[in-house]
Amino acid sequence: MAVTTYSGAEQYNFEVVKKFAIMSIIWAVIGMFVGVYIASELAWPFLNFDSPYISFGRFRPVHTTSVIFGFGGSALFATSYYVVQRTCQTRLISDGLASFTFWGWMAAIALADFSYMLGYTQSREYAEMEWPIDILIEVVWVAYLTVFVGTIMRRKQPHIYVANWFYLAFILATALLHTFNNLAMPIDLFSMKSYSLFSGVQDAMTQWWYGHNAVGFFLTAAFLGMMYYFVPKQAGRPIYSYRLSIVHFWALGFMYMWVGAHHLHWTALPDWTSSLAAAFSILLLMPSWGGMINGIMTLSGAWDKLRTDPIMRFMIVALSFYGMSTFEGPMMSLKEVNALSHYTDWTVGHVHSGALGWVAMITFGSLYHMMPKLWDTKMYSRKLIEWHFWLATIGIVLYIVAMWISGITQGLMWRAFDEFGNLQYSFVESVAAMHPFYAMRAIGGMFFLTGMVMMAFNVFMTIRQGKRESAALEAKLAAKLAHA
Amino acid sequence: MDFLMWFSKPENTKPLGLVIFFVTFIGIVIYAYGSKKRSDQLESYRNIPFLDDQEDTKDKQ
Repeated sequence: MAVTTYSGAEQYNFEVVKKFAIMSIIWAVIGMFVGVYIASELAWPFLNFDSPYISFGRFRPVHTTSVIFGFGGSALFATSYYVVQRTCQTRLISDGLASFTFWGWMAAIALADFSYMLGYTQSREYAEMEWPIDILIEVVWVAYLTVFVGTIMRRKQPHIYVANWFYLAFILATALLHTFNNLAMPIDLFSMKSYSLFSGVQDAMTQWWYGHNAVGFFLTAAFLGMMYYFVPKQAGRPIYSYRLSIVHFWALGFMYMWVGAHHLHWTALPDWTSSLAAAFSILLLMPSWGGMINGIMTLSGAWDKLRTDPIMRFMIVALSFYGMSTFEGPMMSLKEVNALSHYTDWTVGHVHSGALGWVAMITFGSLYHMMPKLWDTKMYSRKLIEWHFWLATIGIVLYIVAMWISGITQGLMWRAFDEFGNLQYSFVESVAAMHPFYAMRAIGGMFFLTGMVMMAFNVFMTIRQGKRESAALEAKLAAKLAHA
Repeated sequence: MDFLMWFSKPENTKPLGLVIFFVTFIGIVIYAYGSKKRSDQLESYRNIPFLDDQEDTKDKQ
């Protein structure tokens, strides 16, 4: 292994990392605010205000795009650029291209959000952007791949650290998924509207091949890359087992691509296809838990950090939620369980235990670790990090418990028959029964959003503090030089 | 060219794909855990995140 004894900001391109990190927090506040708003619309429908622009149908993709691609995507750009430079001990291959990925990605998210509010959507889950935005994303993504691979190719460290494998798998898989899921024919060169190349059951299958692998490679593999770097760094000890991380990586890669069809149980899809997907979903439990154990055991011998270090707490709770949702997912992919859970709020709860519990919590931990280093200072307030942790945790628990109860109630009400074999409840009765849980979910979201706003304030103050400290240092040096 | 037609049938290529993936995966597991010397080498890569910065190297110690 090559050892570089010291690295300064001048050796690495941290400018683009800073920009992405800041925008990640801004998108999180926007996306989570919209999430709380649409959750409130479901509980208190007057909040629609009879405006099509903020109605649930148009606002929901604004939420998902802002949090998944705005918050999550920007955090992945930031951390991947940070990790690849530090573990390869080299600067990004091109500052210009890296900067292009920043402006291109921001433009894509902003344009997507505005276009949804104006009513433009291709109605594909997590890929609602119409074709011109898809093309912009494609170009940005190729630039991202070029920067990442180019940087790896000129590394000073002979071995490519495992976090970079996960990031690279995420970049390659996302390119593949985005390209094929969005194959479409515009109705006119100057029209936003297009029609998908796929139809019927093939369309459904393509959409869930994309949808679940977006979860698998965007929301799992990439954040595992984050975990494999930032958990050891924050714990101050290397990852528990490097060999386990290798097996984790390949097992995840082999299995994830097969599981998308478990979203289409009991549909027109051939039965064997969804059974195969369910079988792979169960198998996927092993690498998922292997990775979770690898992350958690990194803390072996230093468990006291959990009591003393709130950033470590974010990371370990994230890994625990990763373990929990990767158990719940395979269970829900079983046909008998799915018969009850599908189309209900249970699915929404499951997605959020992964998205809030795993993705957001590991991101918070990683950003709290990385941001003070970028501005060469300490976090402004440790107390606020503690508060953020508890607000986020309480928020998630409220959210997922509400959705479990609501989802199982829905499932049971929809399948209940009376003594004559008629449905016992009308659909609207099940909607009315959901009301208290929708209110509880909105309140859970408010807790989570409040924690997020605290983080934004804490980070803002940290950056200001870092700038003040570096200005004071420069003034001191200038004074010294003047007196010399 | 007839042998190429064999590949055009999903009932042939699906089990073939399964065998290829399974054997490759077993190969990776053997690679990772099969040799003591290689295991030591692989485990030494755990320290890469701590190598690029004096402050972090101190943290680790």
